[in-house]
Amino acid sequence: MSAPEESPIALEVDSAASAAAVSRPRTVLQMLVRNPSVCFGGVVLVVMLLTALLAPFLGTIDPSNIDPIYRNKVPGTERMLRLDDGSEVPITHWMGTDMLGRDVYSRVIYGSQISLVVGLAVAILSIAVGLTIGLVSGYIRWLDGIVMRIMDGLMAIPGILLAIALMSLFNAGLGTVIFAIFIPEIPRVVRLVRSIVLSIREEPYVEAAISVGTSVPLILIRHVLPNTIAPLIVQGTYICASAILVEAILSFLGVGIPPEIPTWGNIMAEGRMLFRVFPHNLLYPGIFLAFTILAVNVLGDGLRDTLDPRMAKRLG
Amino acid sequence: MQPVLKIDNLSVQLPKGADRQHALEYVSFEVHPGEILCLVGESGSGKSVTGLSVMGLLPKGQLTPVSGQILLQDENLLEASDERLRDLRCTGMSMIFQEPMTALNPVMRCGDQIDEVLRTHIRLAPKERTQRILRIMEEVRLPEPKRLINTYPHQLSGGQRQRIMIAMALVLEPVLLIADEPTTALDVTTQASILQLIRDIQRDHQTGVLFITHDFGVVAEIADRVAVMQWGKVVEFGEAKQVLSNPQHAYTRMLIRSVPSMTPSQRERDASAQVVLNTSGLSKTYSERAFFRSTRTVHAVQKVDLEVRRGETLGIVGESGSGKTTVARCIARLTDPSSGEIFLDGKEIGRLRTGQLRPYRRRIQIIFQDPYRSLNPRRVVGDSIIEGATNYGLPRDKALERARSLMELVQLDPNVLDRFPHQFSGGQRQRICIARALTMEPEVLIADEAVSALDVSVQAQVLKLLDDVRKHFNLALLFITHDLRVAAQICDTMAVMSQSKVVEYGLTRDVFTNPQHEYTQSLLNAAPGKGWDFGAFLAP
Repeated sequence: MSAPEESPIALEVDSAASAAAVSRPRTVLQMLVRNPSVCFGGVVLVVMLLTALLAPFLGTIDPSNIDPIYRNKVPGTERMLRLDDGSEVPITHWMGTDMLGRDVYSRVIYGSQISLVVGLAVAILSIAVGLTIGLVSGYIRWLDGIVMRIMDGLMAIPGILLAIALMSLFNAGLGTVIFAIFIPEIPRVVRLVRSIVLSIREEPYVEAAISVGTSVPLILIRHVLPNTIAPLIVQGTYICASAILVEAILSFLGVGIPPEIPTWGNIMAEGRMLFRVFPHNLLYPGIFLAFTILAVNVLGDGLRDTLDPRMAKRLG
Repeated sequence: MQPVLKIDNLSVQLPKGADRQHALEYVSFEVHPGEILCLVGESGSGKSVTGLSVMGLLPKGQLTPVSGQILLQDENLLEASDERLRDLRCTGMSMIFQEPMTALNPVMRCGDQIDEVLRTHIRLAPKERTQRILRIMEEVRLPEPKRLINTYPHQLSGGQRQRIMIAMALVLEPVLLIADEPTTALDVTTQASILQLIRDIQRDHQTGVLFITHDFGVVAEIADRVAVMQWGKVVEFGEAKQVLSNPQHAYTRMLIRSVPSMTPSQRERDASAQVVLNTSGLSKTYSERAFFRSTRTVHAVQKVDLEVRRGETLGIVGESGSGKTTVARCIARLTDPSSGEIFLDGKEIGRLRTGQLRPYRRRIQIIFQDPYRSLNPRRVVGDSIIEGATNYGLPRDKALERARSLMELVQLDPNVLDRFPHQFSGGQRQRICIARALTMEPEVLIADEAVSALDVSVQAQVLKLLDDVRKHFNLALLFITHDLRVAAQICDTMAVMSQSKVVEYGLTRDVFTNPQHEYTQSLLNAAPGKGWDFGAFLAP
C-alpha cells in the first residue's frame, strides 16, 4: 500500500475544520444586528424605555395636576403655569388637555412607565414560572399528567374575567394587575417548554448523560435548559406585547390600575366620552400603545428568524 | 449501441462558503440500455448530486451546473425547459429514493399515487388506468394488488413501500431509472429481494439503471459497470468485476479494502475468562393502555439469555424491530426490563432503583449510533467527556488529564477538548463518544450500531479502535449491529435475534459456517455480495 492511502483521518480533520470555519463565522450578536426587524424593534423599544425612565426630564409637568380653567384644550395650546413656589412658567400642551385640564403629553409619557413595567414583569414572571413547571413536567413522566391537566384548567379561564375577579377580591393596583395577567400566560409557556423537553429527552446525548450517572437536576440544567432559551426569548416578546395590551384593556374597562395613576388605558378610558369632539385624548395614547406593541412583535419575529434559522428558511 | 444517458464533462458549482468549490467536477460517463451502472462513493462525494442533476431536481440557486451536458437519448437536459423536464420525468427517466416512507404521500392511497403519474402524462380511460396499475403492481411482485391499491403507505412494510415507489417509477416504462440508495433503509433480506426485482425488471424492459450506493456488497451483487466517485470526481470507471477484483486508483483500493469480509476472523478466545455480564430470561414488554380499549401488549424482548466474558465481544445481530437495541438499553438500564435478571459480576442490577444503581452505572457504558446527536451541540467536547468522571467525584483537573490521555488513545489531538461537536466529522465524534465512555473505566462497553452511520473507510478505523480498546482495557464488548460483515470481523460469539427472540447463539465461526436456524440461514444468504472476497486483490 502506498503512504497517502493511510491518512484518511488527516483529510477528515481538514474538511471538518474548514467547513466549520466557513459555516459559523458570525456570532449571534452580529447576526441580530444584521436583521432589520430586530434593529427596528430594538431601537423603538430602547427609545420607549428611555422615555419611561427619563419621564420627569422630558418637559413634563405633574400628570395629575388638575386645572379646570384649561380643560379640554386642543393640542398646541400655550399658557402660563403657576408652580408651587408662586412663580409662573410658560408651557405648551403639545397633546392638549383632558376633561379635568390635565396635560395629556405628561400623562402619556408617565403612562409608558406602567405599560413597560407590566409588559416586562409579566413576561419575566410567566417565563420563570412556566419554564420551571415545563422542565419538571416534561422530564418527570408521572408528574406530567397531573401538571398538564392543571394547566388545561388554567387555560380554560378567560384572562380578562380572571383579572376582573381578582380586582374585586383584592385592592386594585399594579401588583394585582401583573398577577392577573401573568397567571393565564403560564400554561402557554409550560406547553412550549414541555414540548421541547419531550423531544430533547430522547436525544442520545441525554441518554449518554444518564448512563454516565448525571443526576436529573443537572441533566435538566446542562442538557435540556439551553435548548429552551431561544424559543423562550421569542415567546417572551409576544407575552410582553400581549400583557401591555391586556393592561390597557383592563384600565380601559376600569378594572385595572386605579384612575389616579396615568396609564395608556386609563387615559383612553377617560377620553372616550368626548372622543367625537376632542379625539386627541384617545389618539395620542393609542399611537404610543400601537407603536410599542408593533415594535415588540417585530422584535419577536426578528429574534425568531435569527435564533431559529430553520423557521426563517421555511417562511422566507 | 446508443447510450440512454450520456453525461459529458458535467460540473456543478456549490454555493459560496462551502468546503469545496464544485459539487461535481468534469464528470463523464454513459449508461447503456439494459445496463446497471453503479455510482459508488462515500458521503459528500457527489453521487446524489449527479442523480439529481439528471432529473433536473437540483435546488435552484444553490447548486448550478456550470459546464458540460447531460444527454438523455440525445436530448440535452441542461438546456431543456422546466415543462420539458416535467414531461420527461417518469416517461423518459425516473428516480427512486432512499426512504420510501417520506417519498410517498402519507395521506394518499398507494393506487392513487401511481394513478397520478398516469393521469399527468397520458390520456387513458379510468378503467384502463386501473388495469395498468394492477399490472405494474403485479410486476413489482406486490401481493394482492387489488387490496393494496386502496391502502395508505403507513399500512405497508418498508419493502412494500419501496415496491410502490418502483411501480410509480416504472409504470410509464422510462428508458432510464435512477435509484438513489434504494435499499439502504431496508433490512438485509428485503434488500436482497428488492435488488433482485430491480435487476429482473431492467432486464425485461432493457431499462438503463443508474444505481447510486455506498455499499460495495450491493455493487458486487448488481452492477454491470462501476463509477467510483470522490470529492465530486469520478476517480475510477470500469467493468464491475474488473474494478472490484483489481482496483487501480488508490482511493478505490482503500475503499474496497475497508469492506469487512464475510469470513469470520480467526480470533483467540479465552474461554476461561470471568463472566462479567449475563442475563437470564430478560424480557421487555410494552403495554399500551387506552381508554375504552383492551390493553395491547407488545413483546420487544422475550426471554433473552446472554453471557459476555472479560475481553470478549458478543455480537447481537438482527434486523430492525428484532429487539436488539432494547436488549442493549435494558442492560445499560436506560429502559427498565419487565422481567428477568441482569447480572453484572454476579450482582443482579436489573431491578435496582436509581439510587442503588449509581455505583453500577459507571461499569456499563454505551455508545450510540448517531454521532451527530450523541454529543450535546452546546457543550465543548471536553465537558462532555469529563461529565461522567466528575459526577463520580473526580476533580475537574484530574478528569481533564484523564480526558487528554484518552483522546490520545482514540487517536485525536488532546488539544481540541475546547472545541464544539460541530467542528468534528462523524468518525471523530464517534471517537469522542468512545473516549467519553472510557473515562468511566467501564467493564462492559455496549456499542449500539456504533459504526452504522459511518462511511466504510471511517467505519473500518472505528471498528479497529473499538477492538483495540477492548484489548487494552480487557473490556467485555457488547456489539449490536445489523451488518453481518461487521459482526464477522469483530465478534467472538454472536446472538441472532428475530422477532424479539434469540434464535441462534454461538461462536461467530460456527454461526457463519454452519447456521442452524433457518432465519440465520436466510440472513446469511441475503447478505449482498456474499460470494465476493473484497480483500482478494491484496493477496500476492
